[in-house]
Amino acid sequence: MNLSSIQGVVLTNVEQVPGKTIVEHYGLVTGNTVRAKHVGRDIAASFKNLVGGELKGYTELLGDAREQATTRMVEQAQALGANAVVNVRFSTSAVAQGAAELYVYGTAVRAE
Amino acid sequence: MDDSADTINLLLLILIYGMPVFLAVFGLVVGSILERRHFASIRQRELQYARLPIFPTRSADADRSVVDGHLVVASVVVSLDYFKKILASLRNIFGGNVRSYESLLDRAKREAILRLKEQVPDCDAIINLRLETSNLANVHSRKKGIGGVEVIAYGTAIRYRSEN
Repeated sequence: MNLSSIQGVVLTNVEQVPGKTIVEHYGLVTGNTVRAKHVGRDIAASFKNLVGGELKGYTELLGDAREQATTRMVEQAQALGANAVVNVRFSTSAVAQGAAELYVYGTAVRAE
Repeated sequence: MDDSADTINLLLLILIYGMPVFLAVFGLVVGSILERRHFASIRQRELQYARLPIFPTRSADADRSVVDGHLVVASVVVSLDYFKKILASLRNIFGGNVRSYESLLDRAKREAILRLKEQVPDCDAIINLRLETSNLANVHSRKKGIGGVEVIAYGTAIRYRSEN
């Protein structure tokens, strides 16, 4: 999962873009995605569940979903004319049985 | 005739009551081998990446100027083995430390932090580290499901201007 910069938009989770100065703020941008796991992965995970440890299938699934949510946020930022998103935060919540919501938000800025 | 029916009944009994016991023993043995192996790998990699510091604060070294910084994210989903799940549910009766979950979450957090570092081996520091834990189990039903706990670690990887 490489989220350092998507489509040329730099992401950080501090208030500035290190090495640059912020010249304009565009406000909040968000991205979300709700994903459910598919049956094949569920069966594999239920075997893995017996012995515990990492459920690689789920790690991958949530990683992909988080990337998608971040891409949505970045597209919003680009539409505003931003070239960076600062103060990025992630959150995950199990909203229904077998489905999780991944949410990303941050502040869109122009940094030079 | 009666004899064979008895043996079939006995076999069924063993199958029905023996299966959970077998699963618990299997989970205990294989699960603890895997856990020990994972901890050994974590300790070894932690030594390997010891020179890359991580700070939960917003800046690490105010005297040095930062030239480059970007977001890094890593996550890991883990679950308990069958035997420890039974132990943890027994804990609900008496209360107290649920030690099986303590070691599970310790593993998950250290693994997530290591995956952060492995993504940016050539940066100078990672600042503003955030760790978040979320439950993926069925929150809306009492039905037993696969469940699992996701740990996500993220921060900003920075590079200082080289001093020369």
